[in-house]
Amino acid sequence: MGLPGLLYLLINNYMPMIGLTVAFKDYKYNLGIWDSPWVGFKNFKFLFKTGDAFVMVRNTLLYNVVWIILGMVLGVTFAILLNEVRSRYAKKFYQTVILMPYLMSMVVCAYLAFAYLAPGTGLFTNIFARITGREVSFYTETKYWPFILTFVNQWKGIGFGMILYLSSVIGIDPSLYEAAALDGATRWQQHMRVTIPLLKPTIIMMMILNMGQIFRSDFGLFYQVPMDQGALYSVTQTIDTYVYRALLQRNDVGMSSAASFVQSVVGFIFIVTANQIVKKVDEKNSLF
Amino acid sequence: MISRDQKRWQMAAHVVLAVSSALALLPFILLVIISFTDDKTAIENGYSYLPAKWSTGAYEYLLQSADKFVRAYGMTILVTLIGTTVCVIITSMLAYMLSKRSLPGVKVLNFIVVFTMLFNGGLVPTYMIYTTVFHIKNTIWGLIVPNLMMSAFMIMLVRNYFEHSIPEELYESARIDGAGEFCIFFKIVIPLSVPILATVGLMTGISYWNDWQNGLYYLAKDKGGHLYTIQNILNEINTNIAFLASYNAGGVSSADLPTATARMAIAVIGILPIIVIYPFFQKYFAKGLVMGAVKG
Repeated sequence: MGLPGLLYLLINNYMPMIGLTVAFKDYKYNLGIWDSPWVGFKNFKFLFKTGDAFVMVRNTLLYNVVWIILGMVLGVTFAILLNEVRSRYAKKFYQTVILMPYLMSMVVCAYLAFAYLAPGTGLFTNIFARITGREVSFYTETKYWPFILTFVNQWKGIGFGMILYLSSVIGIDPSLYEAAALDGATRWQQHMRVTIPLLKPTIIMMMILNMGQIFRSDFGLFYQVPMDQGALYSVTQTIDTYVYRALLQRNDVGMSSAASFVQSVVGFIFIVTANQIVKKVDEKNSLF
Repeated sequence: MISRDQKRWQMAAHVVLAVSSALALLPFILLVIISFTDDKTAIENGYSYLPAKWSTGAYEYLLQSADKFVRAYGMTILVTLIGTTVCVIITSMLAYMLSKRSLPGVKVLNFIVVFTMLFNGGLVPTYMIYTTVFHIKNTIWGLIVPNLMMSAFMIMLVRNYFEHSIPEELYESARIDGAGEFCIFFKIVIPLSVPILATVGLMTGISYWNDWQNGLYYLAKDKGGHLYTIQNILNEINTNIAFLASYNAGGVSSADLPTATARMAIAVIGILPIIVIYPFFQKYFAKGLVMGAVKG
């Protein structure tokens, strides 16, 4: 009964795993993956000789670290605030609306960003021009993009973080707050001394699980939202965008497969390590 | 009894959440307003929440080239329907098999599934296998099959439901009545698992509806352009804008590009169905996300 599903895993997951060996080959289109000649680590040598390797790894790791921490802080804050709201309708409204961006594809997000940042016509472009008297060209100036990407990432993801931590906040025994209030604790103190400590297991768990994904990046965010502009690559290139560009824009199978291989292997090490740590902290939340 | 301190917190919560809700909604409102702005006004004055002149010109343009957009819309619906249906069927069948802990070899099979969450080949070998071994480039299968059709995390989700939410006695009594595994699966397990299957279907449906990456990888504009979904059309327009903005225009002229207001109108019709149905399914969706976050 599980045969169709297993067959799909074989095609979609296991054959590509074997296909990773292409990173050690001099790929020839007429020979295919299996028959192309072996070249050892040549592709990797070429890849790490370019400055690209450093830039894409740096971007991938830095954005991930900042976003994991920021997402945690905002997610917990919003979950606590949402839990303060008494009206059921207001609660449902806030939750529904704040989660909505999570449902949008990155192409649509790129359109939304373009409405604000477009050269000449974008809303922010015009407002800045009116205030400073200088037209900012968002799609060619790198210095704005760490902030723009961070904003889009959090705008899209905050609703998810919120409902995630909310499910833990709801589970906290209300008598704990009553006891704290009787002892004269302010609401702020109650959250610092009761809510946050009780959320700690969830927070730690989420941090570790996210750390396991640190070598991966949201291709759509880095490819679509900056409109694939070459001038911005120094701050928008991640491993995933590099692999795509090398493979399908430059037809450089050697470089892209080498980068892809490094991502798969290092990513695997990160995930397994993260999972081992989770196992130590809390057995039932580990993946395997 | 609510203390003043608590009241202040509630006020603060309302303020922060109301402002955040506005931030979440404002980009969508701007998108819709631009799509109803007169094109000339949009170019001369820039995009604005209060355009000097309104117009339905963008939507009239879409109606004029309805062929292309109706076709793309049809593709989006078709791909979403086929993909989601197949996903729910093969996911639940495999999950059912994995939920039979007494079955010999089931541990190995579980590992085979979980391992795909830990290690994957990535884009390069996946692309090569699909294009050179299965030849799905520029076919509808390129939109449906790669990556989206099944995920290990969905299998785990459904398997856990089968194990913990359906009482073992039901299986036993069915077996005593002489029902085979297929009969048990379709007559008992499926009807009792509607909530989890709805959640899986909903999440898969949204990922198919929103998908543009498979089109980017597996459809070439000249040979596969007739298979474009709405998201692929939106992506293609973005690619053309990117080409125009960079120094090598690469044979793209601004005449190939729908006007700015028309582009926003395409985006509006692309997200409309999701925005309309989402509030009704919000509960299932939120539940699925929370369940999935910890496992996977």
